[in-house]
Amino acid sequence: MAQLDYLAPLKVEDAVKALAATGSYALAGGTDLLVQLRSGRIRPDTIVDLKRIAGTIGIREEAGGFVIGAATPGAMIGEHEALSRAWPGLVEAVSLIGSTQVQGRASLAGNLCNASPAADSVPAMIAARAVCVVVGPAGRREVPVEAIGTAPGRTSLAPGEFVLEIRLPPRPARSSDAYLRLIPRTEMDIAVVGAGVNLTLDAAGVVIEAQVALGAVAPTALLVPDAGAALVGSKLDEASLAALDTAARAACHPISDKRGTAEYRTKIAGVLARRAAFIAYERAGARA
Amino acid sequence: MSKPHISAIVNGDPVEFLADPGMTLLDALRDELSLTGSKEGCGSGDCGACSVIVDGRLVCSCLMLAAEAEGRRVDTIEGLAQGGRLHPLQQKFLEHAALQCGFCTPGLLMAAKALLDANPDPTETEARYWLAGNLCRCTGYDKVIRAVMDAAAELRQVKV
Ligand SMILES: Cc1cc2nc3c(=O)[nH]c(=O)nc-3n(C[C@H](O)[C@H](O)[C@H](O)COP(=O)(O)OP(=O)(O)OC[C@H]3O[C@@H](n4cnc5c(N)ncnc54)[C@H](O)[C@@H]3O)c2cc1C
Ligand code: FES
Ligand code: FES
Repeated sequence: MAQLDYLAPLKVEDAVKALAATGSYALAGGTDLLVQLRSGRIRPDTIVDLKRIAGTIGIREEAGGFVIGAATPGAMIGEHEALSRAWPGLVEAVSLIGSTQVQGRASLAGNLCNASPAADSVPAMIAARAVCVVVGPAGRREVPVEAIGTAPGRTSLAPGEFVLEIRLPPRPARSSDAYLRLIPRTEMDIAVVGAGVNLTLDAAGVVIEAQVALGAVAPTALLVPDAGAALVGSKLDEASLAALDTAARAACHPISDKRGTAEYRTKIAGVLARRAAFIAYERAGARA
Repeated sequence: MSKPHISAIVNGDPVEFLADPGMTLLDALRDELSLTGSKEGCGSGDCGACSVIVDGRLVCSCLMLAAEAEGRRVDTIEGLAQGGRLHPLQQKFLEHAALQCGFCTPGLLMAAKALLDANPDPTETEARYWLAGNLCRCTGYDKVIRAVMDAAAELRQVKV
């Protein structure tokens, strides 16, 4: 077997150059990559550790929004008070990833670029309308989170490209979010379904904007515009929740596996979307 | 590609070693530095037997490359007792019989240390969730939790 190479560049340009070669893999927290390396599922020639590049670790506020370094570990995200107040749903989704040990390493970009349909932070990021700053041989571009994953284990990133940071938009008043997942146990399992809801209310408590995203019910996490639209103009009365439920179920085309049948996943997607909408609504009302 | 040369601070002491680029921190600790307290139970992040603290954060050393440790501070079970005196967590694990075969114990102790460093007064529920990534096939966890809660109480006393 060819020798593996490990690089920890300090500069974006050097990382781009190293990642452009075939057999090069980006390394953030390694909680997916190292598992795959050790099991022989991937055989990299070069591992490019992104964590020494300025900006890949840390959280800053900019232009009213938050910018999260692509390799920032989950534990750091969970400890950030202002971020947790503004985006409780995104932070709870990140905090669900793995154990305390996994939280010490696991990153948003790793969760996204590993491209598992069940990745917990991804529906929450999509509902938040988060945008990835992608850098590569052609320079810098901004890509909505939902455009990164294309199929299980596949992304739209070109050779040499990687995610440098993830940007969350400014938060209007009376906005909040929630993420719920169903797992067969209380800890340390993979989502059967995940649902993220992000919404904004007017002063009277009427929903004026809503985004709904689902995980584990299709080859990639889904933005479900019809489900969000079902909530707009309502105070979450039964008719709008029923419309949300129907739209969420209509978007699902899951697989059946040991964690649940396609039928079960579809039903649960509607149930979790309702419950997450409820939590987001209560939280948004409290942020008047 | 030659073997990278790694410098790190392990349990407070500067160390240097050579590691193959694909070598995990766990293998480097055990095989290059002869610190065999950290165990490999699964090699996939599920069991926590390899838990160490890197720059103040609890991690699985089986899912970290040794090369990533360059310039970092790594704390392992070997550094928990100070000057031949057991850490209160170790003492309480003995008193509460919180171990049988002992394979999970170094990882549980490091995870519990990280918990009490971050939160000196955890609830039992917080302690149980924090330690959910440390599997034990012997004790049934209850004695482990008693030991951690008791050690936390003792450490709080020492501080006032
Ligand atoms: C015990 C255990 C429990 C887990 N539980 C969960 C869970 O509950 N929910 C869940 O969603 N996941 C879970 N995971 C999976 C994993 O922890 C997450 O997917 C994590 O977020 C991956 O992040 P990372 O930084 O460790 O990624 P890495 O392993 O470093 O990278 C993952 C992939 O993304 C690529 N990549 C990383 N960073 C970038 C970047 N900036 N730009 C481009 N590509 C990049 C890598 O090349 C690799 O292909 C678990 C893993 C373990 C070991
Ligand atoms: S050996 Fe590292 S988690 Fe099991
Ligand atoms: S004491 Fe045997 S595994 Fe925990």
